[in-house]
Amino acid sequence: MESGLSFNLVPWVVFLPLIGLGINLLVGRKFGELFAGITASLAAGLAFVVAVILAVALAGHPEGVTVPLADWITIGSLTVRWAFRVDTLSVVMMLVVSGVGTLIHIYSIGYMHNDVRHNGDEGRFTRFFVFMNLFIAAMMILVSADNFLMMFVGWEGVGLCSYLLIGFWFEKGKDGIGNANAAKKAFITNRIGDFGLLIAMFLIFVNFSTFQFNEVFSQAAAVAADKPGVMLLITLFMLLGVTGKSAQLPLYVWLPDAMAGPTPVSALIHAATMVTAGVYLVARSSAFYVLVPTAQTVVMWVGAATALFAATIAVGQYDIKKVLAYSTISQLGFMVAAVGMGATVAGMFHLVTHAFFKGLLFLSAGSVIQGVERGMGHHSHGDVDPQDMRQMGGLRKQMPVTFWVYLAGALALSGIAPLAGFFSKDEILAAAWHAHPATFIVLAAAAFLTAFYMGRQLVLVFFGEARSEAAQKASESSKVVTVPLVILAVLSVIGGALNLPGLHTLEHWLAHTLGEGEPAHFVWLVAGTSLVLALLGLGLGWLIYSKKKDSPYVDPLKKALGPLFTALENKWWVDEFYTAVVLNPYKAFAQFMAEPVDLGMIDRIGGGLAAGTRVLAEGLRKAENGYIRTYGLWMLLGLAAIMTWLFLR
Amino acid sequence: MIVNLLVFIFLGLVAIAAALGLILSRNTVYSALFLIINFLAVAAIYLVMGASFIALAQITVYAGAIMVLFLFVIMMLGAEKPKEVEQIKWQRPLAIVLAAAVLIEGVYALITRVALKVTTNPGTAILSDPETLGLSLYNKYSLPFEITSVILLVAAIGAVVLTQKSRKGSGN
Amino acid sequence: MVPIVYPLSLAVVMFCIGILGFLLRKNAIVIFMCLELMFNAANLAFITFANQFQLIDGQVIVIFVMTVAAAEVAVGLALMVAIFRTKHTVDIDQMNSLKG
Repeated sequence: MESGLSFNLVPWVVFLPLIGLGINLLVGRKFGELFAGITASLAAGLAFVVAVILAVALAGHPEGVTVPLADWITIGSLTVRWAFRVDTLSVVMMLVVSGVGTLIHIYSIGYMHNDVRHNGDEGRFTRFFVFMNLFIAAMMILVSADNFLMMFVGWEGVGLCSYLLIGFWFEKGKDGIGNANAAKKAFITNRIGDFGLLIAMFLIFVNFSTFQFNEVFSQAAAVAADKPGVMLLITLFMLLGVTGKSAQLPLYVWLPDAMAGPTPVSALIHAATMVTAGVYLVARSSAFYVLVPTAQTVVMWVGAATALFAATIAVGQYDIKKVLAYSTISQLGFMVAAVGMGATVAGMFHLVTHAFFKGLLFLSAGSVIQGVERGMGHHSHGDVDPQDMRQMGGLRKQMPVTFWVYLAGALALSGIAPLAGFFSKDEILAAAWHAHPATFIVLAAAAFLTAFYMGRQLVLVFFGEARSEAAQKASESSKVVTVPLVILAVLSVIGGALNLPGLHTLEHWLAHTLGEGEPAHFVWLVAGTSLVLALLGLGLGWLIYSKKKDSPYVDPLKKALGPLFTALENKWWVDEFYTAVVLNPYKAFAQFMAEPVDLGMIDRIGGGLAAGTRVLAEGLRKAENGYIRTYGLWMLLGLAAIMTWLFLR
Repeated sequence: MIVNLLVFIFLGLVAIAAALGLILSRNTVYSALFLIINFLAVAAIYLVMGASFIALAQITVYAGAIMVLFLFVIMMLGAEKPKEVEQIKWQRPLAIVLAAAVLIEGVYALITRVALKVTTNPGTAILSDPETLGLSLYNKYSLPFEITSVILLVAAIGAVVLTQKSRKGSGN
Repeated sequence: MVPIVYPLSLAVVMFCIGILGFLLRKNAIVIFMCLELMFNAANLAFITFANQFQLIDGQVIVIFVMTVAAAEVAVGLALMVAIFRTKHTVDIDQMNSLKG
């Protein structure tokens, strides 16, 4: 049957990027940059085509299909297959990953062309695309897995690619090691989260004897009734994994540092796809969470608190990418709060629209940065940081296309109707208003701040007078960069159509996998409130920041808020706190274990054994004195001993 | 019966005395001669037990050949009266103690474990006959026999090689 | 005729005297002779048992022992001669170069 054949195409979403990376790995260097870039983009693009085919096939067969590929582990009662789960939820993720991913690949051709020259190593171009394709493959494994273990393979894979790509310019950064440190930080913080996820998986295996999604979720209610404590533990440990991968409190600290990677990396991995893996996990496991209201509350509050906390920090940042990074953390908080509340569809809707406009914003930021770098010309590094917003200004004249797409993305993020972000954010706010008013207030405050800092950013970057020579001389980016931006901008504008109130297209689509939930309500009051907050935020930002300032640039809020603003600038000193409370004691402990314990005691045991053997050998040597009669005496002694023993038996 | 016993006891005492003489004598040649007496006494005991061929073989091979060889070497090396300065003082008492222990244990084991009434048998014709011995030697024990001949060959060659005076130049 | 204990104890006694001589004498050739004494004691035991069980195998083994003893004596004394050429003594305590 037609759909049968289409479903069997699903392994290609993983294998196409792998083939792309294989080609690039082997012959990418020989054929030039354009070949490498096109191969990688084509791999991602074809994966997108396969995802579309799957979606179409799924429309006629909406309950989903499992396509097994190979047996992986068979030990005793544990059987883990590599099987692909094609259902409405996973196809949504596949479409987002491959669609946005392809656009970012195309953008990267132009962006990396400039970046490798700016950083002085042209040979690294191909390596970038190899890593990017590897990421797409790993992410596809994650979203298409039909059991927890396979998903974990993809989970780890994307963590690895994140590490590789953040540390892409590993010899650069602060003190020549800053980027490598950021990559390490991302990996290690993720590891802590992964530990939580692993514990959850172990608990699942112990209690359900299987890792497969369908089997686990069908038994979930029975196990929850039987052992509610276990279910709580599973969901909470899973939450730990989510806070690591999706950058929530307390493990979000790696994401701002991850901005050290090239901008396409920030767009793809740290805005659109990898960080949403946590949201996907909770959505997939919604069968667990509905059984444990306590866990739901915890997840919701973690998300809401993160949303507000990160939004406040974004207000005080000067680096264009850092603002967007904290904004991502904040929006992820919205998503996590949504799936925690039980409004899974709202969370997924926001995930998709966020991929559009945050991806757009990051890519445009990259375009802005490269424009400023072009303006710097031969002064390259040193005096001007091309990412510092205080050195920008008035760029809408020099970079018009970038300006318009950035505006579209910013308005979408702030939640201005009828752009995509309005609908998705509003759905989350409506769900909060309906069930958890306290959360609603927190999320509304975060939404207000979102609009405020985006307004601040727009004004600082694009309006007013250029505050440095580099900004004056900035120039627009090439078509290969701007065309994907325009496509993403269009998606950010019309993306709301995915789940318009009344039509609820996405909701019906996802209901096949997630089960029929409450249909989202469109509450005019909430919608109106969020719109008013957004306009207020933008307006306030405009007002405060568009006054003409003299250099050196001082943020007008600094005088107004004083020490509060200093805290925001310093991101509430969270990193310093972690260093003092967690890292330094741990390093001291490691130092203690290394020197007195390991070198002192354990090495001495080994050395002691050797020395002891030598002493023993020296002693025994004395028995070999060369006198034959002595040897005969020992033989006699042995003989007497044996005879005595035989005698006494 | 009693004659047999008496004969045996006499021969036994001679053997023991000769053995003691061997280990106590200061003169090496005297030791060798004591050993010959011991061999002769034991050969007589073999005869009593009916192993006549072995008895005569003992006299021929042991007393006749091996002891002659010993005497040759003793004469050649002029080793009649070496100095007796004990190097390792503590060995002597320990050796005496251990040997005594073995002796006592052995004899005691024999006396308690072997019934006194089990006696030797008179020499039967078949068992004293060299023919029986030869048949057994060449049929059942033919392989050890062959190997023993090889051992003898090796010993002969070895003895020649060991005592060769090294030639000039190719010394070892 | 003769209780079997007697020849066997005689063998044991001769053996122990051989051991004593082996351990107490310093002259290498006397030590060799004590070895022969020990062999002899073993032979006596074999013949005794051959007589008791009425088997010819004991005597066959004695033949072999004698043969091997002869071979061993030949080689051993040749060794003594060779050593005497360098050390000019047959004191066994002087032959202690293989100490470790």
